[in-house]
Amino acid sequence: MTQSAPKSPIVETSRFPTGPLPPRAGAGLKTEHVDAILADEHRIGFLEVHAENYMGGGGPAHRALAAIRREFPLSVHGVGLSIGSESGIDPAHLERLAGVVERYEPAMVSEHLAWSSHDAGYFNDLLPVPYNAQTLDRVVAHISQIQDRLKRPILLENPSTYVAFEQSTMSETDFIRDIARKSGCGLLLDVNNVFVSATNHGWKPMHYLRDFPLELVEEIHLAGHAEDVDDEGDLLLIDAHDRPVADTVWKLFEIVISQAGALPTLIEWDNDVPEWPVLRREALLADAILDRLGPASLLGSRHAAE
Amino acid sequence: MPRSETEIGAGQHDFGAALLNPELPLPEGIVGPHGKNALKRFAVYRNNVTVSLIDALSGIFPAIQRLVGERFFRDLARLYIAKEPPRSPVIFEYGGGFAAFLERFEPLARYPYLPDVARLERAWLDAFHATDADPLHPGSLGAIPPEHLAGTTFIAHPAARIVKSGFAAVSIFSASREDRTLEGIRPDEPEDGLITRPSDAVQIRRLPAGAAEFFTALIAGASLGEAAGKTIARHPGFDLPSAISAMLEAGVFSGCSFGATSSEETA
Amino acid sequence: MSQKTLIGASALAGAVAMAISGATFLASTQGAAAATEKCYGVAMAGKNDCAAGPGTTCAGTSKVDYQGNAWKNVDAGTCATMSLEGGRMGSLEPLDRDLPA
Repeated sequence: MTQSAPKSPIVETSRFPTGPLPPRAGAGLKTEHVDAILADEHRIGFLEVHAENYMGGGGPAHRALAAIRREFPLSVHGVGLSIGSESGIDPAHLERLAGVVERYEPAMVSEHLAWSSHDAGYFNDLLPVPYNAQTLDRVVAHISQIQDRLKRPILLENPSTYVAFEQSTMSETDFIRDIARKSGCGLLLDVNNVFVSATNHGWKPMHYLRDFPLELVEEIHLAGHAEDVDDEGDLLLIDAHDRPVADTVWKLFEIVISQAGALPTLIEWDNDVPEWPVLRREALLADAILDRLGPASLLGSRHAAE
Repeated sequence: MPRSETEIGAGQHDFGAALLNPELPLPEGIVGPHGKNALKRFAVYRNNVTVSLIDALSGIFPAIQRLVGERFFRDLARLYIAKEPPRSPVIFEYGGGFAAFLERFEPLARYPYLPDVARLERAWLDAFHATDADPLHPGSLGAIPPEHLAGTTFIAHPAARIVKSGFAAVSIFSASREDRTLEGIRPDEPEDGLITRPSDAVQIRRLPAGAAEFFTALIAGASLGEAAGKTIARHPGFDLPSAISAMLEAGVFSGCSFGATSSEETA
Repeated sequence: MSQKTLIGASALAGAVAMAISGATFLASTQGAAAATEKCYGVAMAGKNDCAAGPGTTCAGTSKVDYQGNAWKNVDAGTCATMSLEGGRMGSLEPLDRDLPA
C-alpha cells in the first residue's frame, strides 16, 4: 500500500532547503546516533539514509529524520530498487521511493548496480549482474524509468562482487561508463568496493580508477571490509561495513581526490555500529584529505564553478 | 556470445533459487576469476541473504527469540526464510507469515501461545511505522449531541491493531520484551491485546472481555450504538464506559462523525 | 438487528459522559504498556542495509537438521518453563520428538 506523505514544513524550515551535497565528509545515519549528531559541536557535512527504512508512513523514525533534515544536508541511498533485475522495476517500490524523495527533498538520490528482487522474492543483498550488451540495455532502461519518475538524475554505485559471470563481455568500468552515458545518471564511486572487487577478481585498483569516468563522479563512499579466503585459500574481501576504513582504501581515496577534487564523501558503518564519536573520527580523517588534496586537484575547478 | 532473453531470464531465477537452497549446485555461468572455483565465493551471497534475514527476524521478533532461545530461533528463522522469503524490499515489513508458520511448526506444538506473541510483535512494528495522526480528542466525542451518539462512527487511527488470543499472549509478550520472568503467568488464560501509538511510543494493553469485539466493530465502521449493542448481547458484563475511556486514552481512533451533519475530526 | 435495541440513547450518553469525565479507568490497561522511547535515539528493528554480512558464517550454506536433537534446544529459552502439554505448567522437559521432513 502506498501512503502519501503528509505535506510537512521539513524542507521549508531546513537550513539546507535545496542545493547539492557539500564536498565534505558525511556519515550514514543510524537512528541510535541522532541525538548525539544533533548535540555535536562538530557539524558533520551531510547525512545519508537508506530509503527503505523510511518507507513507512510515520512514527519515530520519520520524526528523527525530519529533525536531521532541518539541520543537515541529506542524501537518500536506495538499496531495494533492484536496478539490474530481469523482472523489471517494481512500480510500487518506485512509488514508495518517490514518496521518500518528495517528503525530504534530499540533495542526492543514489542506488546500486545490482539486483535483489526476483519472482521468488526479495533477497536483501546486492547481487551481481553480468556485464554485457543485454544487461546494459536493461539497466539503462531501468535508470531512465527511475529518473523519469523522480524527475531528477540519480547516482549509480559500483558494486562489491565475489563471483564473475561467463556471460560477461565488458569490463566493469566500460559497463558503468556506458550506462552513465546512455542514461544520463551520475556516478557514486565506492572506493572500498573498488578495492574489494579488485582484490576478489585480481584487478589492479589503480587500473580500475584510471579507467573509471571520474568526471561523472558526484559522491564517494568509504567503508571497512572483512577478510576471508576463497576455495583456493586466497584472500577474499567482504564488503562488511563493520570496522574503520582500511589504510589501502584511504590511499586510493587520496588518489581519487587529487584527480577529481573534493567530493561529498560518505563514511558507511552498518554492522557492529560504534558510538557516534568513532564515526565522526572517520569523517574527520576524510575531511582532512578533502581539505589537503581537493583544492590542488586536476579536476577541482568543476566544483569551484558550482 | 550473447544469450537469448529466456536463457538470461533463467539466470536470476537459478541464482535466486540457489541462494536459498544450499543443496542446489552453483548457477550456470557463475565462476571465479582466472579459472578459479566459485563455491566459497557464491557462499558469500548465500550467507549475506540468510544471515541478514535471520538478523531482521530477530529484530522484529525479539520476544519470540528470548522465549525459544537464540540458537533455536536462528534455526527456526532459517527454515522460515527458505519457505517464505520477503515479498517486499522494505525489511521492516517482513515476517507477516511468521505467526502462521509457528502455528504449523510441530516442535513448538507444546507452546501454542507463541504464534499470538509473534502476532503482537508484528503488530507492534506495524504501529511503530504507521502514519502519524492525532488521537480523537475526548472533547470531540463529548460535543456530539446525545441523540446522535448511537449513529456516530469512528475513523481508526493508522497505528491501531487488535490481536485476539486464547492465551496470555500480552502478558508473555510484555514480560519477554522487558526481560522479566514468566513466573506467575498462566499461559492458557485468554488475553486480547490492543496496540496503539497515540504519539511516538507504541503502547500495548490487555483488553477486558468484549472490548476487542467492540473496537473491531467500530474500526470496521459500525456505529457506536450498533457496536455497543452487539457487544453487550455477547458479553452481558461488558463495561462500556471503561471501554470508551480506554479507546480515548489509548488512541484507537483519530476522528468521529455523525450522520449528515458531520463534525468529522481528522488529524 | 434486534441487538440494536439493547442499548438506548440515554445509556450511551451516560457511558460517554462517564468515560470522558475520567471517573472510569481501565484497571486492566495498567502494567502492560510497552517501554516508551524518548528523544530520537530509538533503534530500528528490521532495517535495510547495504553491507554484506560476515562472510565466515556458514548459516547460508549448511542445512537445518530436521532429525534427531536439532529442535531440543528450545529449552535454552525462557518458554521452556511454560509448556502447555497436558495442561501442566512449568514443564522443563526438553523437546524430544523428531520433526517430520
